[in-house]
Amino acid sequence: MISGRRLLRAPARGPLARLGRINWLYVLLICLLGGVGYAALYSAGGGAPQPYALPQTIRFGVGVLMMLTLAMLPPRLLMRLAWPLYGLSLVLLGLVLHVGHVGKGAERWIVIGGVQLQPSEFAKIALVLVLAAYFHRIRWERLANPLFLLPPAAMVLLPVALVLKEPNLGTGAITGLVGLSLFAAAGMRLWQMVALALPLPVLARLAYAHLHDYQRARITTFLHPEQDHLGAGYNIIQSKIALGSGGLWGQGYLHGTQGQLNFLPEKQTDFIFTMIAEEFGLVGGLSVIGLLVLLVLGGMLMALRARSQFGRLLALGIAMNFFLYCAVNLSMVMGVIPVGGVPLPLVSYGSSAMLTVMFGFGLLLSVYVHRDERLEARDPDGL
Amino acid sequence: MKRPESPQRAVFTRRALVMMAGQAGVLGVLAERLYSLQVKEGPKYAKMAMANRISTRQLAPARGRIVDRTGATLAGNKVNWRALLLPEQTSDLGLTLRRFSAIMPLDARDRARIERDMHRQRRFIPVVLHDFLTYDDMARIAVAAPDLPGVLIDVGTTRLYPQGGLLAHVVGYVAPAGEDDLAGNPLLALPGMRVGRAGLEAWFDTALQGHAGSVRMEVNSVGRVLGETDRQEGVPGAELQLALDLDLQQAVQRHLDGQSASAVVMDCRNGEVLAMVSNPSFDPSLFDSGVSAAQWQAWSVDPRTPLLNKAAAGLYPPGSTFKPAVALSALAAGTLSPHDRINCPGYLDVGGSRFHCWRKGGHGSLDLHGGIKNSCDVFFYEVARRTGMEAIADHAHQLGLGTAIDIELPHAREGLIPTPAWRRRHGHHWNGGDTIVSGIGQGYIQVTPLQLATYASRLASGRAVQPHLARSLGGAATAGRTPEHWPPLGIPDAQLGAIRAGMFAVVNDPGGTAPKARLPLGGVQMAGKTGSAQVRRVSRAAREGGHFDSSKLPWEYRPHALFIAFAPYDAPQYAVSVVIEHGNAAAEVAAPVARDIMMDTLRRDPANRATAPGQRVAAAG
Repeated sequence: MISGRRLLRAPARGPLARLGRINWLYVLLICLLGGVGYAALYSAGGGAPQPYALPQTIRFGVGVLMMLTLAMLPPRLLMRLAWPLYGLSLVLLGLVLHVGHVGKGAERWIVIGGVQLQPSEFAKIALVLVLAAYFHRIRWERLANPLFLLPPAAMVLLPVALVLKEPNLGTGAITGLVGLSLFAAAGMRLWQMVALALPLPVLARLAYAHLHDYQRARITTFLHPEQDHLGAGYNIIQSKIALGSGGLWGQGYLHGTQGQLNFLPEKQTDFIFTMIAEEFGLVGGLSVIGLLVLLVLGGMLMALRARSQFGRLLALGIAMNFFLYCAVNLSMVMGVIPVGGVPLPLVSYGSSAMLTVMFGFGLLLSVYVHRDERLEARDPDGL
Repeated sequence: MKRPESPQRAVFTRRALVMMAGQAGVLGVLAERLYSLQVKEGPKYAKMAMANRISTRQLAPARGRIVDRTGATLAGNKVNWRALLLPEQTSDLGLTLRRFSAIMPLDARDRARIERDMHRQRRFIPVVLHDFLTYDDMARIAVAAPDLPGVLIDVGTTRLYPQGGLLAHVVGYVAPAGEDDLAGNPLLALPGMRVGRAGLEAWFDTALQGHAGSVRMEVNSVGRVLGETDRQEGVPGAELQLALDLDLQQAVQRHLDGQSASAVVMDCRNGEVLAMVSNPSFDPSLFDSGVSAAQWQAWSVDPRTPLLNKAAAGLYPPGSTFKPAVALSALAAGTLSPHDRINCPGYLDVGGSRFHCWRKGGHGSLDLHGGIKNSCDVFFYEVARRTGMEAIADHAHQLGLGTAIDIELPHAREGLIPTPAWRRRHGHHWNGGDTIVSGIGQGYIQVTPLQLATYASRLASGRAVQPHLARSLGGAATAGRTPEHWPPLGIPDAQLGAIRAGMFAVVNDPGGTAPKARLPLGGVQMAGKTGSAQVRRVSRAAREGGHFDSSKLPWEYRPHALFIAFAPYDAPQYAVSVVIEHGNAAAEVAAPVARDIMMDTLRRDPANRATAPGQRVAAAG
């Protein structure tokens, strides 16, 4: 046991050695997705690097550097940063409610130092960190006692409530689901899950009653998009038309009629996938989905590979967050769930989402780089 | 030696694997969904995509011109640059309208109209925001175009009546389509499309409208046109050429100026209407943009009825102009021969009532010629008494009086020749006296000036000519341009000749009732007949008091002054009817007007100046 630990720890010393332990295949996949984003934004810009593709690529470069830097940080440090980051995210979420900028009827972002920041994105990463840190220290056996689930439940509900108040339904739901997945992965008992699921219908009813008008409109137009061609149903219909007109092989790069003629709304952000699938057809669409599957499952495999519970939960949370992002965005553009302002990570235009996703991948890579390190359940320095 | 896994890690691994399966499953379902959208339902969406980017717009065809016999424009089209709004291409109508009105102010009436059009029209039919844009207006709108989705500038036409009120009653007018029109043809809602509401515009509406064309354009989502893919020109409306002579119409109008009156000039050989004037008139272009309530009020209280086409829809007792018809019916019935003499002592007693002649002392013994020349009432009382109302009515109808005639005007009236049967239908008894007063064109008889002109034409030509306004439509000649087209009336020439001679004497013989109608032209002479139509029964006391003078009555109680005429007497070409409301003395008022009109007609000789159908004379378009 001891020899095994020494043996495993040995190669992780020194920055260069750690750089060598980075999962470069995964980095390559991330860069591939970034490349897809560049190509799509080039097309969305009407066949030009401006106004979308070039700024996005610069941000992507910054993001890759940040990701690789984060990959070097030892999980011990990350764990120590969990609480301060979580606290900061709550402060920012509170702040955005008061001084946030209004976009589409909701307060969602604040500007710090000229950079638009969506605290809700950041809050998800902070939540994953803090939950991973919590569950790392609670022995599995003790989780049978529901009392030990109450603190993490509060950790989840606090940011979720603030995000919903913005109001951002999509991100709020994703945050909640990410938290739930960590509960499950950490060892929440099945009966606890059942007990949690039972009051859900009542909660859903309550939630609908508190939805904003535009959110309810989204749900109704999702159910009956044909009732309002030019109103809220427009987005869904136009997206489906654009997808359908792509066919098997697509209309050709830069030749998607719906996207290029601006019928497709927000083609550079929420509906970037539609644009890709219109121009490259089913073949292109499935390729992108395939890439996403590799990134999600790759992240999950890295989680399985980690030796510390903190690392495992952190990696799983990041991968789950990325997966939910993709799944919600794809479902939305294909008219499976109501439209909800969730971008396709790394592909859609936008700084905040891009940087937080890269931040998450940095943490994920850090878990992988330090996959064989074991963390003490009780941090000697205390917390 | 492998370290045994902690239960924590075992649970994590199990659950992570379940989650991975779930993640793969969800993305797999989404991939399947993508497949069904793109491949299985692909063609359906591809079609919708086509519809998305191809916008079809209907093009309003130019309405057919209406020209006179020489090609002068009576109703044309004026180029009209206008701002339209395509409701289906703007997401926020209220916002777009607010922005537009910041550039081009819209008054309350415009707004109400836009609101109404928005509600009743389909979303792909544009609504007119503003007509008659100047170059500056267009520039300002073009600059603001990105903020005005769905607003487009378009060139169309509006109806132009260069002659103003001169032909308002004949040509009629157009107005935007109403609900009823739209139910039949929704394309009438296209900007620039108009529906004929009166006159020839209404009668020939379908032919004048033409057929809408369409243009298919590739547009982007805010409606910006990126290019035309396909264009189908509409078929412009047919050009309608009238027999009417604009010059003559103007001359006739001048002769009626200041009167509440109407006059019709016809080519008595083929029935072409050369002039048809109803005075006063109105500005037909007012109907295009909607008539104000004040204007309506002014028109409806005006006792001179400017909106009424008096020539075709004004009903008047024919008075003594009816006498030739009575005479012809008596000759046909055999109750009178041209040389029978009837004594006029100044009155006729029938059934206990005394009927007076207009000449207090009477005319003495008269034959038919003298009866017409002197317009002796007693002579025609007696003729009517002998002939009976049924025979008179039959002949009056044959001559075009009190019966429907084929004029191309939607509101032409039939008038009435009363008969005992008609009286009975209305629950009244026909008195012998009713026949007597009908003999001099009074009582219940009602005719229109157009019928009087037709009547004069038939007396002159002996043929059953029908008055008609059109000469050609869309380049094809309309029927009835030659005398041979019209069948003879079947009245023996000797009988017609006797009547014509009497009418000649009215104008030209010493002692005739209308010496002022004599033409001051050497060889060309006119025949005619006066008529005074009482609008109020003259009381016996007034008549016997001997100081009755209708010119002292208030205007609206004075008798109407009528005159019918044809010329030249020996080879009739033109027939004229004149009705001057409350003109009082036919011989003094109507006869000189008829003479002047006939002079102008003969001088211009419109029958011999016309362009071939469809041929354009160099005329202002």
